[in-house]
Amino acid sequence: MNEFTNLINLWSNNTSVSSLIWLALLITLLYLGRVQAHQLIFSSFRMLHTSLRLWARSISQLIGRLKSRNKEVLLAAGQAEVKTKIEREFNRISTIVQRDLSQYPAIHREIKTAIETVEVDYQNCAETAPLPPAWGDVVATITALPSNGDPTVNKILDNIKQSIDDAHQQSLSAYQKSGSDRHKVLAKMQPDWRKLDDKMDLVKEKVDSLEERGQIIDQQMEEYLSIRSKDDKAANILATSSLTQFFIAGLVLTIAALGGLINFQLIAMPMSEMVGGTSYIGSLKTSDIAAMVIILIEIAMGLFLLESLRITHLFPLIGSMDDKMRRRMMIISFSILFILAGIEASLAYMRDLLALDHEALQQALLSTNSSDSQTAVGSSAEFRWIPSVGQMIMGFILPFALAFIAIPLESFIHSLRTVLGLFAIAMLRTLHLVLRSSASLVTQISKVIISLYDLIIMVPLSAERALERALVKKRNNASQNKSINEEII
Amino acid sequence: MKNFLKAAITSVLLSSLVLTGCDEQKPANKSVYLLLDTSGTYTKELDKAQSIMNYLLATLDSGDSIAIARIDSGSFNEKDIIAKTTFDSRPSTTNNQKRVFKNKVDTFVANLEKGSFRTDITGGILQAADFVNETQAGEKYVLIFSDLEEELQKGHIRDFPIDMQGIQVVALNVTKLRSDNVDPREFKNRLNHWQQRVEDGGGNWRVVNDLERLDRMFVQN
Repeated sequence: MNEFTNLINLWSNNTSVSSLIWLALLITLLYLGRVQAHQLIFSSFRMLHTSLRLWARSISQLIGRLKSRNKEVLLAAGQAEVKTKIEREFNRISTIVQRDLSQYPAIHREIKTAIETVEVDYQNCAETAPLPPAWGDVVATITALPSNGDPTVNKILDNIKQSIDDAHQQSLSAYQKSGSDRHKVLAKMQPDWRKLDDKMDLVKEKVDSLEERGQIIDQQMEEYLSIRSKDDKAANILATSSLTQFFIAGLVLTIAALGGLINFQLIAMPMSEMVGGTSYIGSLKTSDIAAMVIILIEIAMGLFLLESLRITHLFPLIGSMDDKMRRRMMIISFSILFILAGIEASLAYMRDLLALDHEALQQALLSTNSSDSQTAVGSSAEFRWIPSVGQMIMGFILPFALAFIAIPLESFIHSLRTVLGLFAIAMLRTLHLVLRSSASLVTQISKVIISLYDLIIMVPLSAERALERALVKKRNNASQNKSINEEII
Repeated sequence: MKNFLKAAITSVLLSSLVLTGCDEQKPANKSVYLLLDTSGTYTKELDKAQSIMNYLLATLDSGDSIAIARIDSGSFNEKDIIAKTTFDSRPSTTNNQKRVFKNKVDTFVANLEKGSFRTDITGGILQAADFVNETQAGEKYVLIFSDLEEELQKGHIRDFPIDMQGIQVVALNVTKLRSDNVDPREFKNRLNHWQQRVEDGGGNWRVVNDLERLDRMFVQN
């Protein structure tokens, strides 16, 4: 500090005077080195500006590469997904064709038989009974014949009339019977028509179902073609879908984690009865680790089970196994899961017993009168089985529920790739913006510093400008005088 | 990339599990030795001692050790230990041990007809220090349920430093004597005398007279 004061007071014992001398010297120095200082400031900040712009450009290129890579990943995933969907739809169509349309020859035969029956019946209907002969005119003619009062003739004519009437009645009866028979035939045709109608409805239903599937395939094919053409719209739709999947899977995983926590609480305490409650691995209780390991094994078995059922595809090795091996794996993982669920149920029951024992001990320690504690325990013993059974059921069901964690986990992992890519792009964009802003800020700062520099040396600078102006004026005057003189001469 | 993501997620899950466990310190097992003054009129206070014992049994857990001993005319003696045990690692066995322990102490209190003539507190503390040191527990406690008025038999030598390194000594229910009412300084002097002896021996000294706040007996970690 003293050295600094001595330096300040170098020119005079009066600090103000000495400081003024220092200031004058400094301003003179700054004025003399103005051009070089300006160049230095300008080039330094220009260098910084250039490097920042260069960085920004590199980041921009990186964003472009990352975007195209993300798009490729997204499109590839989307393509694979749509492919699987289309394959599944074709499989469904194949199943429908095999299941329903394989019966089509039989249906066709039944329809043909029904049509033949209807045809035969129709032909039967066509065989009409002979119409009653036109004897009415004959009877009327005979009746109209004059009898002449001859009883013999009258009798003959009556007989003829009677015979003709009888024949007419018989013909009419035969005609009516024939009509009734035809109606009967027509009535017999009715079930055949209905059967025919039902069969036709059945065929329509199958064809409609196939048509629906066909429409779904058309939609998916459109989607597939859109993805194949690397359309931006398709990529955006896939990204949105991926984000939705990420959040939904994350939510389900959180719920599963809470379920796992409850499961852990259920078995951690009784586990200390098996492995001891006083040993530690690091700072964690061995019993807690054992409980956690059981839960993790259950989750692993669930993964293998769903993997061997081909519901999830996290392990390609399991998916590519032959069916026999896969079935074995399915049985093994399910058996282990079942055994572990059984163990958990028994541990949950043991937990309840321990809790009961602990509660009884606490009551014995708190109450001075032992009969009080017995009464307290006895009064609640009636309903003790409810939490016991509840805990056992929970202990048995939770492992199976946790086994299904594989499904949201797979979705989460798949969507995480997209989400991480989008996040990286967002981060890089922010960095790009910051770099570009910094570059322009650096340029502005360099201008401000140059102005400040000039502000410090404004006195000599103003003097210089005044001198320059005076010189220019003098030179102008001199040139004017010279021209006037020349004009005079 | 896919495999890398899977590995990363697994690592995050495992590391979070480990980190969750690491931020908690491994709890140290406790060793508690309760000295009961059975001299003269202090025997009337033994029902309070039973409450303390019940609190201890409710608080201590698997792996902890507990012992209860009486202070009589010559307390540096294993025969004065009423009950002692180290709780098993299995919770069910621990509960049974606690029941047996409680029965022993209850029987002792019920059968105690008359108190001892003398009060050898130093001998009891020496015995207690031996016990808690033998258990090699992480936290060692000697609880003294007494008025802290020592009356030694003729010929007993107790005026030497006691090694109390790493032991927490807690005086419980230190009652005031008639003479303390005449000169309260005697009470303070008595407490200060024991505090100095314990602290000179490397131990920590605390007094808990409010038996409603027994949780103050143990050091909060």
